Amino acid sequence: MTNTCLTFRDLTLGYGSHPAIHHLDGTIRKGSLTAVVGANGSGKSTLMKGIVGVLKPMAGEVIRAPGVRAAYLPQQSELDRSFPARVVDLVSLGLWPRRGLLGRYTKEDRDDVSKALMAVGLGGFEKRPIDTLSGGQLQRTLFARVLLQDADLILLDEPFNAVDAKTVGDLIALIKHWHGEERTIMVVVHDLDLVRQNFPETLLLARQPIAWGETRETLKPDNLLRARRFHEAWEENAPWCEPGEDAHGDDHHGHDHHDHRHGVGPRAA
Amino acid sequence: MDMLYGLVIAPFADFGFMQRALIGSLMLSLGACPIGVFLMLRRMSLSGDAMAHAILPGAAAGFLFYGLEILPMTIGGLIAGVIVALGAGAVSRFTIQREDASMAAFYLISLAIGVLMVSIRGSSVDLMHVLFGTVLALNDEALTLIGGIVAVTLVSLAIFWRALVAECLDPLFLRSVSRLGSPVHFIFLGLVVLNLVGGFQALGTLLSVGLMMLPAAAARFWTARVEPMCVLAVLIGFASCVAGLLLSYHASLPSGPAIILSAGVVYFASILFGTRGILRARIIHHRHRTA
Repeated sequence: MTNTCLTFRDLTLGYGSHPAIHHLDGTIRKGSLTAVVGANGSGKSTLMKGIVGVLKPMAGEVIRAPGVRAAYLPQQSELDRSFPARVVDLVSLGLWPRRGLLGRYTKEDRDDVSKALMAVGLGGFEKRPIDTLSGGQLQRTLFARVLLQDADLILLDEPFNAVDAKTVGDLIALIKHWHGEERTIMVVVHDLDLVRQNFPETLLLARQPIAWGETRETLKPDNLLRARRFHEAWEENAPWCEPGEDAHGDDHHGHDHHDHRHGVGPRAA
Repeated sequence: MDMLYGLVIAPFADFGFMQRALIGSLMLSLGACPIGVFLMLRRMSLSGDAMAHAILPGAAAGFLFYGLEILPMTIGGLIAGVIVALGAGAVSRFTIQREDASMAAFYLISLAIGVLMVSIRGSSVDLMHVLFGTVLALNDEALTLIGGIVAVTLVSLAIFWRALVAECLDPLFLRSVSRLGSPVHFIFLGLVVLNLVGGFQALGTLLSVGLMMLPAAAARFWTARVEPMCVLAVLIGFASCVAGLLLSYHASLPSGPAIILSAGVVYFASILFGTRGILRARIIHHRHRTA
């Protein structure tokens, strides 16, 4: 399939022996714009980390189509705001895929940085120290960095947190612009109205996918109800998920268990 | 004019040991001060101190087997330092324990072993020598070693600069675009050890941390960008070395502490008068703009 960007094959991701994403199967189409929704602890951020590769799967795998480059905006950035850097230094990190460790930044690169800042409404902020930015300005700065990464696959984890309404509008416009450029985008969002208005496709998660497909279908009341019944807490003594035994209740996507090896999964691409 | 010459130039012009001390300490500043800036920015300022203790058993082992020879002591210190740096770094990277705790555990064990080894044969004079060094007795071997260490440090910094800045500024981002995160962390720890080992012949294990951290801490009060901060730290290091050696010469003080205390004076001056220091921030009232 040439128009597949991501393939999840029996993917289990988690912490310790407890899965946060349990046996996920399915594909993300190239050029699709997907909202990832679900309650706290339903595995949304975990899925993002698994796709980027900063979290290794416990079982199964994420297969990226060859040549696909990902850009990732995490929910909890490990950004050190006290580091003596200017906005331009932070955004220029986005040139890494293009220039790597040693490549010189050219005049063109610097122009692209300015353009990216302009695109998120921060034109002229180049020389501002990052510790003087407001929360929303910082978020837009990080969007500018994603813009500069020029990635085919863009993963945004709750990008609208602590961002005012006008900025949300600006950022949504930017996401739609990317969508128009045939980039593949996955966004973790909490605001269901925002999802209904702006995202063609939705993945509703509750450790396993409750529903996945067209937004209007996915966000039907009975699906939402099922997602809400999801039990967030780990049970320390939860039974082991063994081959041939169905330890999880309502699994939307069927999967087989014969290749089920917790903890020895191959690394994500 | 003559008096100025007598005070500042003559000691270095007339005495070979002063020239060597000057060259050695200036070279040390060139490598150690930028490393100190990154240690500070990574909130690992005290790790430098811990590492300095950690190299003691290696240096002591070299001293026990070969006497007061620079090469065995340096190599020994390097090995001990690398073991502690990699061990502590690995524990913090791959377990839930933070680097401060793992570093503390590793260096305390290492220090205890070192003191034990020195006490088995040496007298306390020997221990003092290892701990406090002798900048006024640098031989050609020591100068060559320091020169090599500075060259390695500057070349490594030039190559890995972008990754090092990214690893400090936004480690998760670096992990998402590159696999260099962990290697760069360990290369950096290696450079810390290398510079501490380079400094301990001249300044001793304890004071070599001073030349690394004090200029960096002082430079923080003057600028909000990394590159100028490194340059400024090196310049402060240079000034401290010259001032410390002159102080030591004229007042017959031990040279190591004199250099470090000179850097200390710059540090306190920077706290008070730096562009980001106390006086600017608290006492002088700025006029403010409308937007």
